[in-house]
Parts: sequence; structure tokens; C-alpha cells
Amino acid sequence: MQSAVNRIALKSILHKEVHRFTRIWVQTLVPPAITISLYFVIFGSLIGSRIGEMGGIDYMSFIVPGLIMMSVITNSYSNVASSFFSAKWQRNVEEMLVAPVPNWVIVAGYVGGGMIRGMLVGLIVTIVSLLFVDLQIHNLWVIIATVCLTSAVFALGGLINAIFANSFDDISIIPTFILTPLTYLGGVFYSISLLPEFWQGVSQVNPIVYMVNAFRYGFLGISDVSLTAAFLVLLTFVLVLYTIAMTLISKGIGLRS
Amino acid sequence: MQYALEISHLEKVYKGGFHALKGIDLKVEQGDFFALLGPNGAGKSTAIGIITSLVNKTKGQVKVFGHDIDNELEQAKTYLGLVPQEFNFNQFESLLTILINQAGYYGVNRKIALERAEKQLKQLELWDKRNDSARMLSGGMKRRLMIARALMHNPQVLILDEPTAGVDIELRRAMWDFLRELNQQGITIILTTHYLEEAEMLCRNIAIIDNGIIVENTNMKSLLATLDVETIMLDVKADAPNAELKEFVVRDIDNHTLEVDIRKGQTLNQVFSQLTEQGIEVLSMRNKSNRLEELFVRLVNKGSNASSNVETAGAI
Repeated sequence: MQSAVNRIALKSILHKEVHRFTRIWVQTLVPPAITISLYFVIFGSLIGSRIGEMGGIDYMSFIVPGLIMMSVITNSYSNVASSFFSAKWQRNVEEMLVAPVPNWVIVAGYVGGGMIRGMLVGLIVTIVSLLFVDLQIHNLWVIIATVCLTSAVFALGGLINAIFANSFDDISIIPTFILTPLTYLGGVFYSISLLPEFWQGVSQVNPIVYMVNAFRYGFLGISDVSLTAAFLVLLTFVLVLYTIAMTLISKGIGLRS
Repeated sequence: MQYALEISHLEKVYKGGFHALKGIDLKVEQGDFFALLGPNGAGKSTAIGIITSLVNKTKGQVKVFGHDIDNELEQAKTYLGLVPQEFNFNQFESLLTILINQAGYYGVNRKIALERAEKQLKQLELWDKRNDSARMLSGGMKRRLMIARALMHNPQVLILDEPTAGVDIELRRAMWDFLRELNQQGITIILTTHYLEEAEMLCRNIAIIDNGIIVENTNMKSLLATLDVETIMLDVKADAPNAELKEFVVRDIDNHTLEVDIRKGQTLNQVFSQLTEQGIEVLSMRNKSNRLEELFVRLVNKGSNASSNVETAGAI
């Protein structure tokens, strides 16, 4: 009985979340496609043609997985951060708080919504990339597992950010000052093997390096890190961030006075 | 006796030390129409927030139909429908979406939710607006939307936190009829309002909260019966300087208005016969204030005096 109630509640939150970002598709789905097209044109065609190959792969093909992953990360994060914070700000989060919705359903609903947007944008970017490169698939399961886990990690991150946020500025600070630098330094545009040894070591603590490389392995069969390490990092982040999100919502941090 | 709501020793201390509730006890019977009154900042919304789990309590116990919110929160929540003071729906969603989502959070499937949404929106005269964005509604329509939303899961207890604030009198009366009907159908209603006339007309039982404590908790009839003096205003035809009424306190407000205090046991006939003897014709008569309002002011003032005495004693 309770499981049926939870299933309907989860479906309602997911439906609400998907409806939200599809209703404003010009703001949520189109910009990533345009941005990524520009990356392909500038870094792939114009600059990439002068770079030649990277890791034995032509530069344009090398950056595709990283660019797809970059859009998945950004969109999963920003979807949940803005949606949950808006719900707090307009106080319609109270609709869920007064209802018999278990906390895990709230987390799963919002994170699920973020994952769907992240993956949908990833799919759009993949389709755009087909205009520029012949995309090969080395291991589909690695691609699916990596994109699911990565979008879950960043959707959870966005949720935690929104829980603590008190203003709209607070939900743009982390993407601007943490996520973007980590993504650009996460091996999207280069192989970390090109870096001096010290910076290679530093890169090992950047979780995005593992995500981008696992994803790249799925397409191209090359990676700067081991797949086992990459999935361990991803699973650890999912578990830790989920636990934090659940604890915060259970205690009502940022939600209940 | 089945209680819809049982509150014992409920306390809330906010961050910063503000003691909003100082150990309140309250019982609301199933099927009751219950008024929870108090001045601004008395603790009404905090109490409602705790019952509906929007506010974390500091101490005490809350049970909804016997389900303790500490141990059986989800069961307790299924009985409750809340109409909060502030608009708290997504302003960018349509009315139908808001209602269907809300029903979904209570496990009501989409097909049933659609039927219920149609029923509620028609009853509350919002059906024509069902596909409009909520931000396009007037204040009164938004209030009605919140009532419709609270009813989507067929709650047993409906908590209304100032549901008629800012609503014009015509709509307010229509809402009173609607709430009476809901109560007659067996829904327990807990109402907070600043319109004491509303509470007097609708509610059977009442609690008055002031400064975080319950200063009165009784049934409406008994409370009104304790009123020992009522003040009436008389509009008189001609000047009535120095009108005197034996055994009554009379005040001249202006040349055409008298204010008369009538104590328990005294009758209006006595007033009128004395005025007639003095050749003063009465054109109209009205109560100076609502009876409950009189009592409310007295009780709240008494509570404030008592708490200031306690503070003074503490200081000594």
C-alpha cells in the first residue's frame, strides 16, 4: 500500500520536474546545443585541425565525450539547484513537506528530474556532435553507467546546494567557482598524460577527471585512469552525497524552522 | 472520545531564543469546528507549523487521530489538509497541475486526481481558470485555490490559517458556507482568523493563545456566556444632552449617538422605556463590537498583564 503511494508520489515529482524544464525548453535545452556547437567549431575545427591527434585519436573526436559529459554535469546540477531553490523560495516545497512523502522520494524525484535533463541534454549534444564527427562506440554499458552515475552525482550536488542556498546568488556560486574550473581542468580538452608529473598528481583528486575518462573510454576505448578507480569514485560520491542530502532533508535544514 | 488532534506540553524555542510556544495543551474532537485565536505573534502559526511538520518542535507531543508525529509522521500527515496563511503554490503552474501534483504526493492517481480537481474547482468556482497560470488569479481566487488543493486527498482534518484574509465580504460569506458544508460532511476544521465574527459564527469550540500559552480553551457558547457587559450604540433623532439612564452607564459620543453598557440581567426594554420617558427617539441600534471580540481583548490583555507581572516578579 505504502509502496504504491510512494510510487505515485515519485512519479508526480518526476512529472513536475520534467514538465518544468520542457516547458521552458528554449532556456534549458537549446542553449547547451548552441554552446557545444561553438566548442566543436572553435576547438574542434579551427584549433583542433592544427593540434592533430591526442592519444592517437583526432582532436575533434577526442573532445566529444568530454563536451557531452560537460553538458550532462552542468545541466544535472543546475536543474536541481534552480528547481529546488525556486520551490523553497516560492514555498511550494511545503506541498511535499506536509504530504506523506518520505524523504527518499523527495530526493529521488528531484535527482531523477536532474538526471533526465542532464541525459536529455547529453543526447542533444551527442546528436549535434554527429554533424562534426563520426562517433564510434567502444562500450555502450560503460557509457550508460558513467552518464547515469555522473548525472546522479551532480544532481545530488545541486540539491545540497539548493538546500543551503538563501538567495539565487547562492546557487550560482558553486557552478561558477568550483564546477566550471574543475570541468575545464578535468581533461575535457586534453589528456592529463600531457601534464607535468606534479599536475598529473593534482588532477587525480579532481573527480571530473574520472568521469570524463570513463566516458571517453566508452566511446574511444582510451582513458587516463583505470575504469575501476573511475567507478569507485563515482559510486562513493553518489553514496556520500545521497547520505548528506537525506540527512539535511530529515533534519529540515533550510526547509523547516 | 476520538480526538482528531491532541497536543500536550508543546514547546517551541526558535534559534535566537524566542519562546514561541510555552507548553500548550489542546484537544480537538473529531468533527469539531475549532477556532484557534490569538493576536499576531501569539504562536498560532507556529502551532500549525508543528502539527503539519513545517516547523520542528522543541518539546511535547502531537497526535493526529492517535498517530504520534514523532513515530508515525506519514500516517498522521494523511489525515491533514493545510491551507496556509501565505500563498505557497508554484505561481507558474496551471491550477489543474497544482491540484494533480498535490494529489499525487498523497498517492492519489492521476485519473482520480483529475475527477477530484474538477469537482473542487467547480465547487470553488475556479473551473474556468483551470488551465491558467496561478499567478494570473486574483487574491480571492488564490485563497480558493489553496482550499481546493488542501481537499485533493480528502483529508479528515482541515487546518485553515487565516483563509479569508484580504477576501471581500461577499466571497468571505461564500467561503463560510463552503466550510460549514465541509464540516457537516464530517471534516474536522481548525480555523485561525483575525475576523472574530467569523470564528463566532462558525466555530463550536475555541482556544485563545497569547504569548505562547493557551489563555482560554472552552466551547463558544460558554465563553460568550461569560461576557457580563455588552456595549450598544444608539443613534438618536434629536440632541440628547446629558441623557441619564438609571442603573446604566451612558456615554455621549456625539450629539446623535449614545453608548450604553448593558450588564447581565439588564434588558434593552429598560433602556428604551427610560429613553422614551425622556422624549428621546432611537433611530437605530448596533453592538459596539462583536461579543467574541470583547472577550478576546479582555483575555489577551489579562494574559499580557499576567505575563508582564511574571516578568516583573522574575526581575525582583
